[in-house]
Amino acid sequence: MIHSLFLINCSGDIFLEKHWKSVVSQSVCDYFFEAQEKAADVENVPPVISTPHHYLISIYRDKLFFVSVIQTEVPPLFVIEFLHRVADTFQVGSSNVGDTLPTGQLSNIPWRRAGVKYTNNEAYFDVIEEIDAIIDKSGSTVFAEIQGVIDACIKLSGMPDLSLSFMNPRLLDDVSFHPCIRFKRWESERVLSFIPPDGNFRLISYRVSSQNLVAIPVYVKHSISFKENSSCGRFDITIGPKQNMGKTIEGITVTVHMPKVVLNMNLTPTQGSYTFDPVTKVLTWDVGKITPQKLPSLKGLVNLQSGAPKPEENPSLNIQFKIQQLAISGLKVNRLDMYGEKYKPFKGVKYVTKAGKFQVRT
Amino acid sequence: MSSNSFSYNEQSGGGEAAELGQEATSTISPSGAFGLFSSDLKKNEDLKQMLESNKDSAKLDAMKRIVGMIAKGKNASELFPAVVKNVASKNIEIKKLVYVYLVRYAEEQQDLALLSISTFQRALKDPNQLIRASALRVLSSIRVPIIVPIMMLAIKEASADLSPYVRKNAAHAIQKLYSLDPEQKEMLIEVIEKLLKDKSTLVAGSVVMAFEEVCPDRIDLIHKNYRKLCNLLVDVEEWGQVVIIHMLTRYARTQFVSPWKEGDELEDNEKNFYESDDDQKEKTDKRKKPYTMDPDHRLLIRNTKPLLQSRNAAVVMAVAQLYWHISPKSEAGIISKSLVRLLRSNREVQYIVLQNIATMSIQRKGMFEPYLKSFYVRSTDPTMIKTLKLEILTNLANEANISTLLREFQTYVKSQDKQFAAATIQTIGRCATNILEVTDTCLNGLVCLLSNRDEIVVAESVVVIKKLLQMQPAQHGEIIKHMAKLLDSITVPVARASILWLIGENCERVPKIAPDVLRKMAKSFTSEDDLVKLQILNLGAKLYLTNSKQTKLLTQYILNLGKYDQNYDIRDRTRFIRQLIVPNEKSGALSKYAKKIFLAQKPAPLLESPFKDRDHFQLGTLSHTLNIKATGYLELSNWPEVAPDPSVRNVEVIELAKEWTPAGKAKQENSAKKFYSESEEEEDSSDSSSDSESESGSESGEQGQSGEEGDSSEDSSEDSSSEQDSDSGRDSGQENKRTAKRNSKAKGKSKIVLGSPKIEKEKKTKQDRTPVAKDVSLLDLDDCQYACICTNENSCAASSNEWKRTSCPLFLSKAALHFW
Repeated sequence: MIHSLFLINCSGDIFLEKHWKSVVSQSVCDYFFEAQEKAADVENVPPVISTPHHYLISIYRDKLFFVSVIQTEVPPLFVIEFLHRVADTFQVGSSNVGDTLPTGQLSNIPWRRAGVKYTNNEAYFDVIEEIDAIIDKSGSTVFAEIQGVIDACIKLSGMPDLSLSFMNPRLLDDVSFHPCIRFKRWESERVLSFIPPDGNFRLISYRVSSQNLVAIPVYVKHSISFKENSSCGRFDITIGPKQNMGKTIEGITVTVHMPKVVLNMNLTPTQGSYTFDPVTKVLTWDVGKITPQKLPSLKGLVNLQSGAPKPEENPSLNIQFKIQQLAISGLKVNRLDMYGEKYKPFKGVKYVTKAGKFQVRT
Repeated sequence: MSSNSFSYNEQSGGGEAAELGQEATSTISPSGAFGLFSSDLKKNEDLKQMLESNKDSAKLDAMKRIVGMIAKGKNASELFPAVVKNVASKNIEIKKLVYVYLVRYAEEQQDLALLSISTFQRALKDPNQLIRASALRVLSSIRVPIIVPIMMLAIKEASADLSPYVRKNAAHAIQKLYSLDPEQKEMLIEVIEKLLKDKSTLVAGSVVMAFEEVCPDRIDLIHKNYRKLCNLLVDVEEWGQVVIIHMLTRYARTQFVSPWKEGDELEDNEKNFYESDDDQKEKTDKRKKPYTMDPDHRLLIRNTKPLLQSRNAAVVMAVAQLYWHISPKSEAGIISKSLVRLLRSNREVQYIVLQNIATMSIQRKGMFEPYLKSFYVRSTDPTMIKTLKLEILTNLANEANISTLLREFQTYVKSQDKQFAAATIQTIGRCATNILEVTDTCLNGLVCLLSNRDEIVVAESVVVIKKLLQMQPAQHGEIIKHMAKLLDSITVPVARASILWLIGENCERVPKIAPDVLRKMAKSFTSEDDLVKLQILNLGAKLYLTNSKQTKLLTQYILNLGKYDQNYDIRDRTRFIRQLIVPNEKSGALSKYAKKIFLAQKPAPLLESPFKDRDHFQLGTLSHTLNIKATGYLELSNWPEVAPDPSVRNVEVIELAKEWTPAGKAKQENSAKKFYSESEEEEDSSDSSSDSESESGSESGEQGQSGEEGDSSEDSSEDSSSEQDSDSGRDSGQENKRTAKRNSKAKGKSKIVLGSPKIEKEKKTKQDRTPVAKDVSLLDLDDCQYACICTNENSCAASSNEWKRTSCPLFLSKAALHFW
């Protein structure tokens, strides 16, 4: 399947290689560099490249390219998924790159090692929901969807067998599971039944059924204009709370990719701070949290390159925010039961809602 | 090994990556000397000394640094003699790193590498399954042709090992040996045949992978294992699932008849069009036998469905392509939701999934229409993702949603990403030709774009308008006039050429403008792009034929310019046109028809999806992504007209039990064992009978499934119960499991709680076996002086038979090595 793997950093150095079959010369990466040059930016380097003798399948993660060399037909997603897992392991950091090499214990349950012991037995679940949305110029929702995950941190001794149930499992429209989950139990009873891996892992990812209307917690008032035949424009945005279920919206950040002709921006925020990078043309406004009494706003002047035509389109606003203690879909964990072990574990569930790909067109 | 590789912060300053690297380095390198690798030669002396020291810690340090060098692509081959000495090290950490080194350099230093072979051979007999497996792994990774016979033997032995983990590694080794020496094919196929019969979920994926690599055409080897593979599938590890599903897709297309009804063959977006010939359809329906799906076909479709919920994108895609290629068309709809889910993943996964959706959406629009909005483009998407989404949106466009889509496209046209804006314009053109209701709207929209400030947008609009006008030229004199004016400002050659062609084609409709355009072009001829020059010549020719009074001189002037042009294409075209249109004594019969030739009705270009021709590749493959046939691509065959004999998949009960049981174990099996394996056979046959009842997913089929559901949940609960035991007796764990399973079967297919009888039984089995195992390890200690791991493995359940094999003459002893 995968013949060789090269790791390449952002300055184009091949700093690591691994060969599973015969050794393939580093020069095969030249085809990759060629493709990289052709692409406008790293995001646009095609993940699959055909060369005279090999195929190169690559991923880009954390400023590194993982380039695999393939010789025969293979499902490309197989390779891509594998490379991402490799990248995951590198990220996990010291546990896998420590002084001692992993012993590779074999266990009947491939995802859980045998003989786990804790003095405090704890099981935590984070229900994290993300709102993906496209809001159009007039403020109406073009597209909105809730995607969620349940991340678990399980520190339980022995071989605990857990089942997690929800108050309203029908909300979950499309679910993907960690391999530990017994699929049939879910199908028949809508209960997540599993022997968990030890430590942190993602239990499920889900999409909330599209019949439910998505509550959009924030609105943005915006007025961005560029004057014809003049080297300046106006920029004015205000953020306010909408359907926030009485919770505080915090951690708000607004990111805007300004048009190329923008030279600089002179803005005044009523709260938080902003930066504008004249090279990448990215405006970032770190807002903080919304207090309804005084809505945060950012306004001021935009300096344009003189003589250049005014931009066709106003830039989209990418919004990030966070609401603690709330799953925006209304999903609620009912109970967690443990079988197979005698001790009483400490159990905890946390909810948080975040903006996913949340974009406001202007 | 991976630890050492994190030293890239030397080269790359700044950035997260470097920070990550620094962190990692600080945690892992007590020797901290990565930066000094540049002076390789001196350092190597140092490393040699460390390798020769008595301390394991020094050796380990040295090996870590050497493996670090390998990972960075530096040459560490001169250390081979020093490293290979340590292959028999008792320290397992050192041993592992030496293995890594050997795998890399054995091919270059074959003679020296042979020194290590006997160590591996001994390790192949180690009581620890991990050691056996890794020995086999290294042995098969050493690409030294002279040891092919040894590898072959080791693979054969390992394929009968008691540990499924070792058998899995045997399957992996098959591929490696095959790539080293394809002449071993026949022998390897025998091993594959044996391993295909294995019932362990651990082995299934690996052996199918070996099958696909070595003998994918031997579909006959699959028959008997087909039902087992279908049933195991859910419990196989995810990578194995991908391979098995792809193989079974091919299998199904050779063994079952098409579940697609005649009417389905018409793409559902064309259905309306064909509805009028209902009568004809009925006739064909009557002639056809009613279709019933082979229960085995149903089994595959049913058992892969839960895997759509996998967290692994490759598994989801594999199931999706299986449904696409082998399920009845009415059932394939369920894959859309899962595929759309994958679009939340990283850009690489998105890229592949969108490509596949693009192909599917051409043929079966309905599948993805409910998810239309999931393909809306965000300004932050990479361009390649944007264009793919656009492609899908175009495929999904129909009368009902086109107005929404056009509004969406308006946003895209204004995008700062001009390449994407241009693609959107092409898209609008395609929508205009596909959906007649909006042709005029689209055309007007495009004409508005002609006054856009961005030249790329204008140029693209011109090209698309040209294509649209070609379809209905009569009504659009105004647009042509508008475009003629654009010639003064627009500089993009393709657009200029398009405008000129359009004016030439319609020169009789714009009789005043056309000659004037020609006049302007004659002036600028020399400075135009070649593409434009050719169109100027064409325009001249057409005008000469229709309006020679006004344009005769102009055309001749242009022809003279063309005659001396630098580009030979243009000179050629000039000569050709002159001969054709200017009458002279030599001009042949063709001149008479010059007008007909130049101003013939030309068919309008079809605006088609670039994904139109990809559907002949199996979805989810590399070939589909690249749209070229990749090396080793296996064609998906067409459905057979008549199904091959389905009874080949029936498993003959007794024979099966004999064959798959590893040889070493069979002898040792007592009568109680035999009883259990028979009960398993019964279970097999009952499974298959329930399958045959379940014709095309009827009620009874569902029941059969739920019965199996019960089984598999039992399995996992057993996993948990036998887990504690597994430390002490992993190999026996497998046995226990099977025993326990049968036991529970005997109790009927009711809900199983971890009952005491079962546990007792397990304990009993273990007690029976433990003494034997102890003897074995002791015996082994004496024999091999290779005790580093045996101490922990006191209750390894390997049979005594296996240990006797150590003395087998076929294995190379040290003496035999001298011979080489």
